[in-house]
Amino acid sequence: MSLPAELKYTAEHEWVAVDGDVARIGITDYAADKLGDVVFVDLPKVGSAAAAGRVVGEIESTKSVGELYAPVDGEVVEVNDAVVDDPSLVNSDPYGAGWMIAVRFTELPALLTADEYAALVAE
Amino acid sequence: MRALFADRHIGTDAAAQKEMLAVLGYPSVDALVDAAIPAGIRLPADAATTLPPAASEVEALAELRALASRNRVTRPMIGLGYFGTVTPAVIQRNVLENPSWYTAYTPYQPEISQGRLEALINFQTMVTDLTGLATANASMLDEGTAVVEGMLLARRASGAATNVFLVDADILPRTRALLAHRAEAVGIELVDSDFAALSPETSLPEAFGAVVQYPGASGRVWNPADAIARVQAAGGIAVVAADLLALALITSPGELGADVAVGTTQRFGVPLGFGGPHAGYMAVRAGLERQLPGRLVGVSQDANGYPAYRLSLQTREQHIRREKATSNICTAQVLLAVMASMYAVYHGPRGIKEIAHHANRLANLVVDALREGGVEPVHGLFFDTVQLRVPGRAAEVVAAADAEGVLLWQVDADTVQFSTDETTTSADALVVLRAVLGDAAPAELGFKPVSRSIDPAHMRQTEYLTHPVFQTHHSETGMMRYLKYLADKDYALDRGMIPLGSCTMKLNAATEMAAVTWPEFANLHPLAPEADTVGYRELIGQLSGWLADVTGYDEVSLQPNAGSQGELAGLLAIRGYHRANGGEHRTVCLIPSSAHGTNAASAVLAGMKVVVVACDELGNVDLADLRAKVAEHADELAALMVTYPSTHGVYEHDIREITDAVHAAGGQVYVDGANLNALLGYARFGDFGGDVSHLNLHKTFCIPHGGGGPGVGPVAAKAHLAPYLPFGTANPVSSAEYGSPSILPISWAYVRMMGAEGLRRATGSAVLAANYIAVRLREHYPVLYAGDNGLVAHECILDLRPLREATGVTVDDVAKRLIDYGFHAPTMSFPVAGTLMVEPTESEDLAELDRFVEAMIAIKAEADAVGAGTWPADDNPLANAPHTAESVIAGEWGHPYTREQAVYPVHALVHGGKYWPPVRRIDQAYGDRNLVCACPPVEAFA
Repeated sequence: MSLPAELKYTAEHEWVAVDGDVARIGITDYAADKLGDVVFVDLPKVGSAAAAGRVVGEIESTKSVGELYAPVDGEVVEVNDAVVDDPSLVNSDPYGAGWMIAVRFTELPALLTADEYAALVAE
Repeated sequence: MRALFADRHIGTDAAAQKEMLAVLGYPSVDALVDAAIPAGIRLPADAATTLPPAASEVEALAELRALASRNRVTRPMIGLGYFGTVTPAVIQRNVLENPSWYTAYTPYQPEISQGRLEALINFQTMVTDLTGLATANASMLDEGTAVVEGMLLARRASGAATNVFLVDADILPRTRALLAHRAEAVGIELVDSDFAALSPETSLPEAFGAVVQYPGASGRVWNPADAIARVQAAGGIAVVAADLLALALITSPGELGADVAVGTTQRFGVPLGFGGPHAGYMAVRAGLERQLPGRLVGVSQDANGYPAYRLSLQTREQHIRREKATSNICTAQVLLAVMASMYAVYHGPRGIKEIAHHANRLANLVVDALREGGVEPVHGLFFDTVQLRVPGRAAEVVAAADAEGVLLWQVDADTVQFSTDETTTSADALVVLRAVLGDAAPAELGFKPVSRSIDPAHMRQTEYLTHPVFQTHHSETGMMRYLKYLADKDYALDRGMIPLGSCTMKLNAATEMAAVTWPEFANLHPLAPEADTVGYRELIGQLSGWLADVTGYDEVSLQPNAGSQGELAGLLAIRGYHRANGGEHRTVCLIPSSAHGTNAASAVLAGMKVVVVACDELGNVDLADLRAKVAEHADELAALMVTYPSTHGVYEHDIREITDAVHAAGGQVYVDGANLNALLGYARFGDFGGDVSHLNLHKTFCIPHGGGGPGVGPVAAKAHLAPYLPFGTANPVSSAEYGSPSILPISWAYVRMMGAEGLRRATGSAVLAANYIAVRLREHYPVLYAGDNGLVAHECILDLRPLREATGVTVDDVAKRLIDYGFHAPTMSFPVAGTLMVEPTESEDLAELDRFVEAMIAIKAEADAVGAGTWPADDNPLANAPHTAESVIAGEWGHPYTREQAVYPVHALVHGGKYWPPVRRIDQAYGDRNLVCACPPVEAFA
């Protein structure tokens, strides 16, 4: 399981890359593996509001459906159209080309470090 | 000699059962069941029954003949969604009466279901072509429920804030009633709108969608393009309920701008059957395909890259999404959809157009003669249905036609209407004329040109049914061979055991099936006068009474067309009961985490809020958590839905405590009858606290699965809920009053030939078979759950997770390898991921049970060889399963196991009817990422 140390994580198996007041969000390698082959990704519209802990999107695999939670309050400023067109990017490159959305946030809540997330998954 | 049917139905004879009991260590079947079923819920063995003693097959058929003779076969010209049609004999014999088609299961294992998947993709192509829309599903339960699903889809897809849905004033009356019953529960407000009379100045109310009947229930043909555009301009989704045959002649909904089209395919060769079963349909424009309810067949590819069919987007289904599911429709009407699609394949586009022309021409012949007699139709533009004003004489006109064996429809005291169809003759037309014009009617109708009843500008200009499959099989020889070619690809009960847990794939006996196609059962219109359907009503009354008797309830409604619809009807009854007794606030439905996801989806559609109750490590409802949830929601508690025996295949010991706790808090208990095959004759839902249940006649009571429908899901309840059940015109959940009557003789015959004693023996034999398999396989695969004395009910869950840990071999690998051994896989990953649930039923004999056990043991050994490194993880008989003939003969054999091991893992298969899968393992992800749901071009198979 790969867990880049520079990223932050959530208990909902998402990673967050913070750049100024924008958080880029995707799901972890672990989550992608648990879902299996991702076949469909439904993302919010650019400009829509995101509320921490609320569902903003859906990730569908051949055997299951996962939800994308917003880890922060804010406004969706960018969505990854490439992953909508080719959902397999979630499996092949979850921390890179498989990113989902970018949210401009007002306040950054407490997030997990890679070590803390690894401990959570190990439970 | 008078042979007992039960001895034919039950696969294991006395000697075999003795052998199996010895393996289990019990002296008798009764002793085994005594140890398995908690004593507190047991029905005394000498309990009184109203079931008559078992009849022989000959006697049962004679009684059915007598019932049939009390139905009167007429020439129904009532229309209203049900039309006369000719089932081509080649389709009747080779599909409807052919166990290769009717005993198959839903195509969850696509590699062994390519035949009916191809038939279904033909169906989807037929519907998309005729409706002019992008994607159609593999059929709906009937037209009325399809309209309801269209309404629900519109609400999801439109995103509009309003809860208003507009309903065409000219919609089928039954559809209107169904919409009202369903809309109320989910907070949708229906507003009627006379779309055809809409003037440009009138503004439509704000709405999330609208449904337009096309042509109208009154027969009127008009152009709804403007109405559709106005609904959409206001942010709504436009649903068109269209007559598929009319679309051969008039502009399609897609070309008119509709978002969704729904309807029935009954008149494509499916008998009237007093209302069903028939295949409804739903098609949507591009962009809405992920909103489609029900089943959707798509194209993917197999391990060799060949095109192969499969069910697409299965994660849309209830077992994944539970209360977030977008619909509670789980199934389709596969057998009927196959028949309708084959009707189109057999007739081709020209034949379909000729049939449409025939109906239209006959209607015009009548109307021209009526005009000469001074009677003008109410609507001058029509396809096949004509409304006539006959002031004060409507009943008299209908009676006059009835006396000559033709059924017309009385709209009101001054209005009648008639519909023509494929079967209408000029003799029928003359009856209509005599009834309306009396002595002024012409004596005969010579061949003459008729008027036009469709505006030329509204005639269809686009082609349909252009794929080669609709051009190729027009001779009977060709059709017979196409049906055989497809049937040969599939695995049904006529090849071997289908041990699908929770599906009860038992025998569908030939005698039970016999009456389905008798004209007295097949050719009755659902709105035929009561005097014409005396036999049917008697059969329905008897069957309802017997079902009430064996379940401990007071009333049974046979109307629901599927288990999911029975659930909904039962929950709506609970809702109606609470509301009538001042319990409007009672909206919480408790559902154990082990329940089938459809329970949760049905609860949401009955306007309830789902609260999940935990299960303990043994798979039983956690009593402490149940009590806590009951206490927490005591004031709002509406119901508990519980399956018995549980979805884990176990007789929960505490069921009485569970139902008592719910009743004490004022809640009602819904017992899901999915697993009734483990209980019948030994215990009754109504005796241990059930207030209402649905049964699955397509499981416990022998209606065949038809490859994924039809089903019948009667709802049975205690007397206090009876006023809220679907009876007559009250509380409808289906288009037809009795749902799917033409297949009820199957269950009637089963109960009639088994008697109370036979039903009880069947249950005991099913429990014996499941426990035998559990014991024989336990040392190879852990059995996940067991109840009292370590016994399972009628099915057992084999845990394959330890195998995966140890060897890397997955549930999928084992399921696909079973195909090479000549078996249909058990249920995969339900109710627990990584497991197989096995339900052998009472109908399999010991040799078949042993063959299955030995196959599973041999597969375990193969998996161990993978684990031990004898074979690489990515190249072994399991990973490569199933093996086609081509895969073992083409080119060099480069695998580390032999060709014999690949396809003849058991030597007996060499001479013993080897089943050859037509494709290799199908890539699920490819098909969902590249959604194609219509016939692929022929070149794809080159």
